[in-house]
Amino acid sequence: MNDFALIGPILAAMFAAATPLLFAALGELVVEKSGVLNLGVEGMMLVGAVCGFAVTIQTGSAVTGFLVAALAGAATASLFAVLTLFLLANQVATGLALTLFGVGLSALIGQGFVGIPLEGLPKLYIPGLTDLPVVGQALFGQDIMVYLAVAAVPLVHLFLYRTRAGLVLRAVGENHTAAHALGYKVLRIRFLAVLFGGAMAGLGGAFLSMDYTPMWAENMTSGRGWIALALVVFATWKPVRAMLGAWLFGGVTILQLHVQGLGIDVPSQLLSMLPYLATVLVLVLISRDVARIRLNAPACLGKLFHPDA
Amino acid sequence: MNRRTMGKAVLGLAGAAIALSVGMGSALAQDKLKVGFVYVGPVSDHGYSYQHDQGRLAVEKELGDKVTTTFVENVPEGADAERVVEQLAASGHKLIFTTSFGFMNPTLKVAKRYPDVKFEHATGYKRAENVATYSGRFYEGRTVVGAIAGKMTKSNIIGYIGSYPIPEVVGGINAFTIALREQNPKAEVRVVWVNSWYDPGKEAEAAKALIDQGADVIVQHTDSPAPIQTAQERGLWSVGQSSDMTRFGPKSHLTAIVEDWNGYYVQRVKAVLDGSWKPIDTWGGISTGMVELAPYNPAIPADVVKMADQLKADIVSGKRHSFQGPVKDQAGKVVIPEGKTATDEQILKMDWYVEGVQGKVPK
Repeated sequence: MNDFALIGPILAAMFAAATPLLFAALGELVVEKSGVLNLGVEGMMLVGAVCGFAVTIQTGSAVTGFLVAALAGAATASLFAVLTLFLLANQVATGLALTLFGVGLSALIGQGFVGIPLEGLPKLYIPGLTDLPVVGQALFGQDIMVYLAVAAVPLVHLFLYRTRAGLVLRAVGENHTAAHALGYKVLRIRFLAVLFGGAMAGLGGAFLSMDYTPMWAENMTSGRGWIALALVVFATWKPVRAMLGAWLFGGVTILQLHVQGLGIDVPSQLLSMLPYLATVLVLVLISRDVARIRLNAPACLGKLFHPDA
Repeated sequence: MNRRTMGKAVLGLAGAAIALSVGMGSALAQDKLKVGFVYVGPVSDHGYSYQHDQGRLAVEKELGDKVTTTFVENVPEGADAERVVEQLAASGHKLIFTTSFGFMNPTLKVAKRYPDVKFEHATGYKRAENVATYSGRFYEGRTVVGAIAGKMTKSNIIGYIGSYPIPEVVGGINAFTIALREQNPKAEVRVVWVNSWYDPGKEAEAAKALIDQGADVIVQHTDSPAPIQTAQERGLWSVGQSSDMTRFGPKSHLTAIVEDWNGYYVQRVKAVLDGSWKPIDTWGGISTGMVELAPYNPAIPADVVKMADQLKADIVSGKRHSFQGPVKDQAGKVVIPEGKTATDEQILKMDWYVEGVQGKVPK
């Protein structure tokens, strides 16, 4: 097999690797656009992963599994929402606690489900198209969740920038006092945004446990929730850029494994760092342009709001 | 076990460290010997930490009336480990097993401060008055697996997923490759390092990359069953690590190198109980039962099974050594001459690849 023939499989693997990141990042993007910073993505992903897996094992239905995963992610997020929105707890501390809580809770729920294998989702096969060289497998040979994650990108974009509800959500994130004065229910809108973020994180986690590596293992997200958080800033809170970021991250991850397999003499530790280095580098480049960050970052991000204050 | 994990969930809510759950599982009885275990992964990893915990359970089963056991899982190698080991020592554990290579220096540091506590460190090489070391000669298992892979591969490319480029893993790759090429001189080994002992997603990605590069047998020195699942999905062969992983890929799983600590742990706890414990080094292979092979896949032809069994018997009898000269490095230079075998020191410090492995050992 020549090295050129590897481009197809690398592309195919890249889209799959990017999928859990994309789900979680899109959810968090909406949350942050509403002015809330939820650092508990990793925890919500884990709870979604274990609940989706457990339900799929019990019912045999992957659709039910993904639905429950989204609900479980949202339920975990609601805990965060109650603490930060209504009890005015610090968002950063609560988000970190939510991750720790999610790690423990998912391990507890998952106790009876370790060591049980599951069938992954079937892959799309369109005669002719899937067999196309280079791009066939990547574009027409994935499973449904990979396509759903990509489909969610324009939907989130349209919602944020082309609907009234999206405009209100952004207004709440930019200036909650003004939005409140105009009569918008700041807390309710933020609550719903946080639930959406939880549901998307839950789906991302369930993609891992039900499809990518169909099994439950403690802590199986291995830091992907944190990458998703970084991707939101990386994307300057723009859905399409979040997708490109997820692909870049997934691509570098897959590429470095191939470089090693081909025996190219680059230190593997350095290669393992590459995806993270790339993220940091882009973050630095973006952050240099202060105006751009200020233009795109929700002005009320992380700030507490009390309607009576 | 329920109690402990629930404790962790509650602690997680409080934002406290996992290590505080130490002692929750230990009984109140003061006259019983308290034995602590520190694991690098979760007990539920179906692999390395799981096998150590099986050993702990064997101790409980055999000596439950004389000892109580505690374990702490998911302990990162490094500064955190020292805190966890110290906590175990401070809470009255008189024998502590630290079961991963990276716990070596933390174990020795704590051992200095607690001279009356006995420590057992797995896979390390530093001992002290109260620190013994133990490990399995897992490379012996890799010799058998390599020979099987040599017979089973059609593409003559073996994909090998490594955790960290430490001597134990590099030595395993070499033992595997030597036996592989004895059966099949045209076969080569491609190595991908994932720089983690346990990351299912990354291990699956590594397996995919190796398969896309033409590998038709996937061998792993990482702990999750994800590579087995990937190989099964692609209809190729795989070899499990640490414990029998057949259920994750019944059609793919050729066999696994199984680590069996039960006998050793029971023996060492007994030694502490009767006062005969000494800070020795134990390095047991197939002959001691510390290293075993999981049941062979029924799809392996009978003559290959016979060859593998013979090889195993020869290793047990000493007729065959995993690193039996002549062994050449990648440059073709003879490192272990004909008629000689590698010394234990050579094996413990192995940082070079034998002929047949692609790429270089990361430095």
